[in-house]
Amino acid sequence: MKFFRLVLAQLLRKKVRTTLTIGSFTVALFLYGLLVTIRGAFVGGADVAGVDRLAVINKTSLIMPLPISYRERIMSVAGVSGVTFATWFGGVYQDEKNFFPQYAVDKDTWFDVYAEYIVPKGQREAFLRDRQACLVGKSLGKRFGFKVGDRLPLRGTIWTGAWEFNVVGIYEGNRPEVDTSVLLFRFDYLEERRQFGKGTVGWYTVKLGNPDDAVRVTKKIDGDFANSPYETLTQTEKAFATSFVKQMGNIQFLVLVIGSVVFFTLLLVTGNTMAIAVRERTGELAVLKTVGFSGVGVLGLILAESVLLAGQGGFIGLGLAKLFTMGGDPTRGLLGTFYLPWGSLGIGFALAVAVGIIAGLLPAVAAMRLRVVDALRRV
Amino acid sequence: MVRVDGRGNGDSLVRVRDLDKKYQRGSEEIDVLQGLNLDVDKGDFVAFMGPSGSGKTTLLNLLGGLDLPTAGNITVAGDEITRMSAGKLTAWRARHVGFIFQMYNLIPVLTAFQNVELPLLLTKLSKSDRRRHVETALGIVGLSDRLDHYPRQLSGGQEQRVAIARAIVADPTFLLCDEPTGDLDRKSAEEVMVLIDRLVNEHGKTVLMVTHDPRAAERAHAVLHLDKGVLVEGARVTA
Repeated sequence: MKFFRLVLAQLLRKKVRTTLTIGSFTVALFLYGLLVTIRGAFVGGADVAGVDRLAVINKTSLIMPLPISYRERIMSVAGVSGVTFATWFGGVYQDEKNFFPQYAVDKDTWFDVYAEYIVPKGQREAFLRDRQACLVGKSLGKRFGFKVGDRLPLRGTIWTGAWEFNVVGIYEGNRPEVDTSVLLFRFDYLEERRQFGKGTVGWYTVKLGNPDDAVRVTKKIDGDFANSPYETLTQTEKAFATSFVKQMGNIQFLVLVIGSVVFFTLLLVTGNTMAIAVRERTGELAVLKTVGFSGVGVLGLILAESVLLAGQGGFIGLGLAKLFTMGGDPTRGLLGTFYLPWGSLGIGFALAVAVGIIAGLLPAVAAMRLRVVDALRRV
Repeated sequence: MVRVDGRGNGDSLVRVRDLDKKYQRGSEEIDVLQGLNLDVDKGDFVAFMGPSGSGKTTLLNLLGGLDLPTAGNITVAGDEITRMSAGKLTAWRARHVGFIFQMYNLIPVLTAFQNVELPLLLTKLSKSDRRRHVETALGIVGLSDRLDHYPRQLSGGQEQRVAIARAIVADPTFLLCDEPTGDLDRKSAEEVMVLIDRLVNEHGKTVLMVTHDPRAAERAHAVLHLDKGVLVEGARVTA
């Protein structure tokens, strides 16, 4: 602690330079925060996916249906504790740019399998009572201002015509990462009105009694429906969600590349700053060594400066990013989730400190090896 | 008692024997110091004079453990510093040597107080003890009212007095001064020399000083002349 004042004094030597360097870290870590948040919005489904759930889709393609009769046979497989199903609706609200997902779900089983959706008891009962009922996610409701009691019209694109729903409830996630941008309505309403595809569903979700049974149950389900007109492809929900995200491109890779470029640039900027800072006070470092500071001690002081720079900038940048994400989704619900997890903040801060250490290492080693006699001669 | 003939008794505070220092410049080998002997007792005040390039500063650096000789040995208060590892030498320097430079070499971003406190940061002294030591040292050099001033707010003479306070704050075994008045006007130089005089006569400090200034050298107990790396016999020895 007694050396902190010495480190701080050196940072305040060139206030503009220090401010600009801290600013670089602030911007970079703010960007990191946003990238992590956006990545979460795209791949969050895969992260949230339950380890005890399987997705069963048509082996040919996700857009091909499966018979509703499969439900009983899947339910009878040993190790399966619950089955629900859903169908993609693809309706348009007012204008095509107002895209959001709509699923026709089984009213009796959906919330048993998807326990992460929280619906107030009264609203869930209303959902069971009203065939035209729908539940909107919290972020979706916020995006369009939907509230309980609203009449919500959609224009069908797969099953054409005007479809109307009654908003009977707003569901939330039991944690911030849960996607609440989806509209859920009753499958029986779809089944009653649609012109084709009756008796089929889009996909099944299977709940396992024990996640360890996943491989066995997967094989059993796909085996049971092999060589039928509707062969199945069963996979863990995580694999299913990941493959779904991949259809939009490799978001993970994109985020990784952008993040790497930002941090590498930051490393160069900070490394240059620290190199200049050390070079311009060679004589002072020699004086420190003359009065008894060891080489390792001087190295520690330089590294402490670098880490303090990085830490301050990182802290501010991540703090701003957190505040920004807490302000809500700037796309007003287009992204399923818009949440910067605390764990990612910790990783970001560790990254900033690591950049600080690496950037300060070369100048610090040079300072450690500085020969006092040579340095004093240059004063 | 100061001797340069290598016949000093074993009680000398500083004992130098057969000291050689060579530098390599390209393919050329330059002999800076050649077979130098020196004995300095506790409480002596020695001035080294000589033309530029005669090896005065090199000798001071060797005595302060900032550089290593090519041959020979240096013993200070019983410790042979020429055999110490770099780490031990650093610790020894912190404990035994106070340096005063021509250009003061204060850290510009630290106040007078903080500059003087620097050597004490390496000790186990408490904050209040450090403060007491620093205030005492700045009091000795007459700058008790300048604790919170930065070097840029001080005159050259005052800066050098802060540097002297920094040199004495840890109560080192001896002081090494490299042209302490070289960058000062006559009045400030006189003040600094009076101060060094007081450190020797009132506080019993041992001082080895390199200088070009005959007025400064006049105050020393002994003036030794270095010429081409050799301490010249017959130098004026006043004590």
